[in-house]
Amino acid sequence: MRIGTVKELLDAQLIVGEGLLDHRVVSACGSDLMSDVLAFVKEQTLLLTGLNNPQVIRTAEMLDVSAIVFVRGKIPTPDIIEMAIDRDIVLLSTENTLFEACGKLYEGGLRGRIT
Amino acid sequence: MTRKDRMNSSMIQVYEIESGNFTKAGEAAGNIKKLLRQLGIDAGVVRRVSIAAYEAEMNMVIHSIGGIIKILIDPEAITFKARDTGPGIEDIELAMKEGYSTATDFARELGFGAGMGLPNIKKCSDDFIIKSEVGVGTRLEARFNIST
Repeated sequence: MRIGTVKELLDAQLIVGEGLLDHRVVSACGSDLMSDVLAFVKEQTLLLTGLNNPQVIRTAEMLDVSAIVFVRGKIPTPDIIEMAIDRDIVLLSTENTLFEACGKLYEGGLRGRIT
Repeated sequence: MTRKDRMNSSMIQVYEIESGNFTKAGEAAGNIKKLLRQLGIDAGVVRRVSIAAYEAEMNMVIHSIGGIIKILIDPEAITFKARDTGPGIEDIELAMKEGYSTATDFARELGFGAGMGLPNIKKCSDDFIIKSEVGVGTRLEARFNIST
């Protein structure tokens, strides 16, 4: 799924990564637990989370996660945004809850992929 | 310099890890990832090393009183070493169990402390050794073969 489509389905606000909206994600993972994300997520995954701290970006960096959706209208702080710019990670913010956001993307055809 | 030239010699990098510094946490792992990428190492290997390095670094920031991380790169393999000066792990077998954690509430708020760190490092690596003594510290070594 195009990251731009994710943005539309979730009625999300783009925080950074305008030039990367045509990039694709092949699966998604919704979690506030970065430990679990690190243990199970594959590359080209979309991460949806309610957690808003630098470790989210670090986790995404290690896993080659290309885009992050912050749920419940959370907006990351400037230092977090800066980190995402340096690493070419798209940041989106949606008013949806984690459950609703995951549901909408699943309905749109995106799936989870667990190894 | 071609990739082969670069890979012909061994390379060592050392990073100091500060206890409780959650702003810097992940910097060493990020630098390791960058370095391995620049060396042209297979993306899958880079990913496995990066995940293990990040887990180990977070462990040291959360649990230890500080230590160092070393990365040794030679043509056959990447060896990751982490050593801290305490407090040490009482029961390693328990610490290796998925879901077991002694992390603080603060670490949990940051999204860590699910008890997946050490098992995940083992899963990512081709060889894994951990030794620990209470009051002395913990040593961890993980080896990643570079497929040719």
